[in-house]
Amino acid sequence: MSSRVRARRRATALALVALGGTLTVAGCGGPGSDESADTAAATVGTAASGAAPTCGREPVTMHAYFETGFPLPRALTAEFSRQFPNVRWDVREDQFAVITQNAPRVLADDPPDLMRLPQMSELVKDDLLADLDGYAQAFGWDRWPASQLEQLRVGPGGRPRGEGALYANGLNFSMTGVFYNKELAARIGMTKPPETLAELDDALARAKAAGITPIQQFNGGATGGLAFPLQDLMAAYGPTGPINDWIFQKPGATIDTPSNVQAAEHLERWIKAGYFASDANAMDYAKMMSRFIGGEGLFMFNGDWESGNLDRQMPGRVGFFLMPPARAGGKRAAMSAPLTFGISSRAANKDCAAFFLDWVATDPTARDIAVRVGGSHPMGPSDAPMPPVRRGTVTASTLDAGSVIGADNGAMDFIANATGAIYAKSWTPQLQRMVAGDQSGDAMLKAVQSDYERQIEG
Amino acid sequence: MARSLTDAAVDMYQTRPERPRSARGRRAAGRARLRAPAWVGWLFVAPALLAYGLFVLWPLVLTVQYSLYRWNGIGASTWVGLDNYSKVFTDPELSATIVHAFELIVFFSAIPVLLGLAIAATIRRIATTRLALAARTVVFLPQVIPLVAAGIAWSWMLASDGAVNQLLSAVGLDGVTRAWLGDLSTALPAVGVIGAWVLLGLCTLLLLSGMSKIDAALYEAARLDGAGPIREFVSITVPSLRQEIGVCVTVTVIAALASFDVIYVSTQGGPGNATMVPGLEIFYQAFSEREVGVASALAVVLMALVLACVLPIQWLTRRREA
Repeated sequence: MSSRVRARRRATALALVALGGTLTVAGCGGPGSDESADTAAATVGTAASGAAPTCGREPVTMHAYFETGFPLPRALTAEFSRQFPNVRWDVREDQFAVITQNAPRVLADDPPDLMRLPQMSELVKDDLLADLDGYAQAFGWDRWPASQLEQLRVGPGGRPRGEGALYANGLNFSMTGVFYNKELAARIGMTKPPETLAELDDALARAKAAGITPIQQFNGGATGGLAFPLQDLMAAYGPTGPINDWIFQKPGATIDTPSNVQAAEHLERWIKAGYFASDANAMDYAKMMSRFIGGEGLFMFNGDWESGNLDRQMPGRVGFFLMPPARAGGKRAAMSAPLTFGISSRAANKDCAAFFLDWVATDPTARDIAVRVGGSHPMGPSDAPMPPVRRGTVTASTLDAGSVIGADNGAMDFIANATGAIYAKSWTPQLQRMVAGDQSGDAMLKAVQSDYERQIEG
Repeated sequence: MARSLTDAAVDMYQTRPERPRSARGRRAAGRARLRAPAWVGWLFVAPALLAYGLFVLWPLVLTVQYSLYRWNGIGASTWVGLDNYSKVFTDPELSATIVHAFELIVFFSAIPVLLGLAIAATIRRIATTRLALAARTVVFLPQVIPLVAAGIAWSWMLASDGAVNQLLSAVGLDGVTRAWLGDLSTALPAVGVIGAWVLLGLCTLLLLSGMSKIDAALYEAARLDGAGPIREFVSITVPSLRQEIGVCVTVTVIAALASFDVIYVSTQGGPGNATMVPGLEIFYQAFSEREVGVASALAVVLMALVLACVLPIQWLTRRREA
């Protein structure tokens, strides 16, 4: 037998082995079928006996998975360990995009006791998150304003969101709106925040005419930041209910409604009028922040997690207002969401994690940290003591905005949270095409709706 | 034991049928020694084979298996046969990524190989000077810099207020300045330029080392026949470098089709999917859309595509040799 023939036979044999391997594996059943589904909801051991769970007195190490670049969770865990010295924290950090991609596998294989959560529907569907209803009862979270925890409730099987069992809690809840540079505003004669959409349009036009970039908004890479003004415009033109229904995946919900089309077309007019920076499609979040702080733009659509930062970087020179309604005297609305943290259904120290979440909302020092470090409104009962904030700061105005939104019942979740992939794979490319003049408002909503339906059908 | 292994190895080369035999026992022992190499060889290969099987072949088999299921990576999966493959070819978003990969070949392969040839030929002509050393270092430097750092540096240079636009403005070309990575029409070529910059050094160095093997007498003979530098290049240098060019084209075509890192760092597939390539799409499908089946199918298609492009190149360079 010549060596060439032998080599060929060997190659054939190897190919057969590989093919056989595939068939054998395929024959053994599909991937994921051997996962031992841990469907047990978190059982609150001590709740039945009346006392709320605690971290006990024995030394305990809590495994936590936090988001890089946000100091609030670390500040809180440090204070917690000061008050409860038996609790040590073993913290792992990643960027939010990485957390989003890792969440299911980490929750399944290396279950953290406490974790910063991305969109939750699919995690609940796969039984990866602990059901916190027992804790809510034991700690009295069910007596907090219902709107605070609404977004963290998920129906059986992952749909719809906004109702059903509680699967997470917040470290605080954020408020979004429009930040503005007071010096540039004075230059175009804007002495007070716009009261209607028309007044906002007018300010934008005057800024453009004065050679000022009217809006600095990130829209580059995989992060379509024009979703902020888009959703604000949606809430200015129409009610928030249908938008929330869509985000919560309620049956039959659609984003392609007449008022939303008006909003998308309004955004398109802003783009065509040159109100956004010409390189918006190459601008990331950090660049937007540095430009706004550097005085290179009049407006920026963003959230109160930057309040503390802006108060430090441009003290007294920055203001905040909620998106004005289309008609004078109309209701205000804003994207407002808890800084979501959950407990793995397979976590070892569920009781202690739940106790920590309750402590964050009720301990005065923790509430102070939530505002001072996090910049946002603390969670908890409506009559809980509010930490003192210096008047005139942008932090004070974002906290005040919270009460307006509460009164107008105008809180919305973010349209980027409707499904796990809707932001990176649908809103972002569509908004980038719109900025490039390659997509209309109407067609964009139709495309996003079709992606949405495909994503939730599975 | 060690001694008998060495004996066995030596015997492989000393199989002499007419070997004088002193006794029957000796003959039997000799036969046993002759048979040993069959499994001893496998013993040497075993560690590498195990690693290869575990980290290359087994994942390959699993990827093929996953591609036949609809699976979110965690829960139960459903058998869908070849549905994922038909999706790869019918979903315009997925098939567009394959087109982008082929467009990148122009930047990742054509430019580095052609420019590399020209640069290598130039450096060879000044081989003994210090300038040649400096030029070699400068051209090869991108290979040493981590791709992530290169991607970040280039995205600054290509930004609206970056070095590229400043340069263009300085020479009066304000009209063409733009955010190169943020423009639907220029993003893919801009990413391609980054890739070309990275791969140019590799090609130049490979071609330069190939040139050093060419017999100087050939050039001398050509010069005596009155050939100029261009004629020398076309008639001697390029034909002699067939093998090196083959390697360059193979490596760069694979880099183009399987590109991920430079694009992930500079544009993440944006704007508006203008720079979405199969490598990145596989990543998004698996970890963002949680469609492990579709991601696996696209990965298998990508592998087939790479083989379909690279095997003919290999075959061509080999055939011409013969």
